[in-house]
Amino acid sequence: MSAFQLDRYRGWVLPVAAVALWWLATNQGWSQSGLLVSPRQVWHTAVQQLSGLPFWRALGSSLARDLAGFFIGTALGLLLGCVLGLSPLFERLVGPSFNTFKQVSLFAWIPLISVWFGLGDVAKVVFLSLAALVPVVVNTCDGLRTVPPGLREVARVYGFSRWQTIATVLLPAALPSIFTGVYLALVYAWLATIGAEYLLVSGEGIGNTLIDGSEHFRMDLVLFGMIVIGAVGWGLNALARMGEKHLQRRFGIVD
Amino acid sequence: MGSYRHAEPVPLLARPRQRLSSAAQPAALATGKLKYAKRYALLRHIALPWLLPLTLLGLWALGAQRGWLSAQVLPPPAYVYQTLHDLATSGDLWLNTSASLQRVLLGFALGAGLGAALGTAMGLSKQVEAYLLPTFNALVQIPVLGWLPFALLLFGIGEPLKYALIAHAALVPVTLCTLQAFRQAPPALLEVARVYGFSPRQRITQVVLPAALPTLFTGLRLGFTKAWLSLVVVELVASSEGLGYLIVYGRQLFQLDLVMAAVVIVGALGWLIDRSFDALQRRLERLP
Repeated sequence: MSAFQLDRYRGWVLPVAAVALWWLATNQGWSQSGLLVSPRQVWHTAVQQLSGLPFWRALGSSLARDLAGFFIGTALGLLLGCVLGLSPLFERLVGPSFNTFKQVSLFAWIPLISVWFGLGDVAKVVFLSLAALVPVVVNTCDGLRTVPPGLREVARVYGFSRWQTIATVLLPAALPSIFTGVYLALVYAWLATIGAEYLLVSGEGIGNTLIDGSEHFRMDLVLFGMIVIGAVGWGLNALARMGEKHLQRRFGIVD
Repeated sequence: MGSYRHAEPVPLLARPRQRLSSAAQPAALATGKLKYAKRYALLRHIALPWLLPLTLLGLWALGAQRGWLSAQVLPPPAYVYQTLHDLATSGDLWLNTSASLQRVLLGFALGAGLGAALGTAMGLSKQVEAYLLPTFNALVQIPVLGWLPFALLLFGIGEPLKYALIAHAALVPVTLCTLQAFRQAPPALLEVARVYGFSPRQRITQVVLPAALPTLFTGLRLGFTKAWLSLVVVELVASSEGLGYLIVYGRQLFQLDLVMAAVVIVGALGWLIDRSFDALQRRLERLP
């Protein structure tokens, strides 16, 4: 117990020292650069932003896009991943093309998407779905392919039909891998949300707030935005982990 | 396993390679027909993957020819090919590709080096880990793109910005995988090392490192993938040369053929890099 508390205390040393140094640097006026804002100023900006409506609208629209893209991408990814993992013929037909397609760095698609879908929400959601789709497909397909042959044989011995085998043997066995894919999709979708707001500049969103801060040389706003992005990412991660634990308990998976 | 089972299409889920070998097993009994089947399966194995891209390419060409979509929105494939050819012959291709490759390689080397050092320090000393890891984990929550505006203000839009962001992108997975690699040394082996009275140095070079190698490699591979992804983003946002710049430039002039040519190059390079990592990994695995 005490060792645990000691660990926590040691983890706080570095951030506290960094903030103290930062505070000292601004207080003593070590640099005249306008970029060196004081912690107090960042705090003020944070309070001001958090109490104003525009910030919450921006965050809300970012999250709405993130979740829309995540759900569409994950649903399509599960479908494609299952077909790829279950049918060797389809895998041979589509697999290599998909593997080549995923090598194109994700953000390289943005200019093309902007031509085809404009700069609005549709383009962003399409991009987000693409970002979420890839990890789900890869992990679902992988999970289905690496099901232990022993399990398959048992299903065959018991004379399971194809659907029974898929629903009661293969999918549950692949579940941990599918979780990993969905989890990655959540991470990627949030990254892509921020990226889409930088590169498809229109509308509102937390990324636009950051860009505004950057363009007006407002370091306090930028720092606040970064903290918000980090916190939301962390929150989504925590949510995904909770969901994973819940599902694992439900399906009796222990890893 | 009864032999009649082979007649049913039961092993639908087996990989193609396994299917080939199962088809080859009874080959000693009836060679002629099975040889044909085997050749057919091999042909299918090679030809099938080309079906989809070729169909898409055909549709694309047909659509462009029939004018289903204007050339501004979807330039015909021949046009994209022509642009690629022009880029290659004028030297622009090489100029921009080398600029991008230099950035990604230097940034990756910087980030991976730092990440490996950080991961090793945390892996070897519980003290360092206790002080550093919580802060590191908190900072990791902010994705590379979250750092971009901050880095823009700090570094401007010059080269340091690109190196910093690419290095950061590579650093995170390399650090985490290195740390994990040091942690996962099998306890039984560590015990053997203790029984034989290994010095800490011997323990690390002869037990921990060999066990850690695959994970270390995974970290490097992941790091490079992230570095490649960030390179494109950084070049899209701020640069005057490089593959990402070609994409933005083409987009601004509404020359989609240029955009598509650049996307094809980005994809081809990414594919090439992935293949080389794959080959390297396989070689590493074959090492004793």
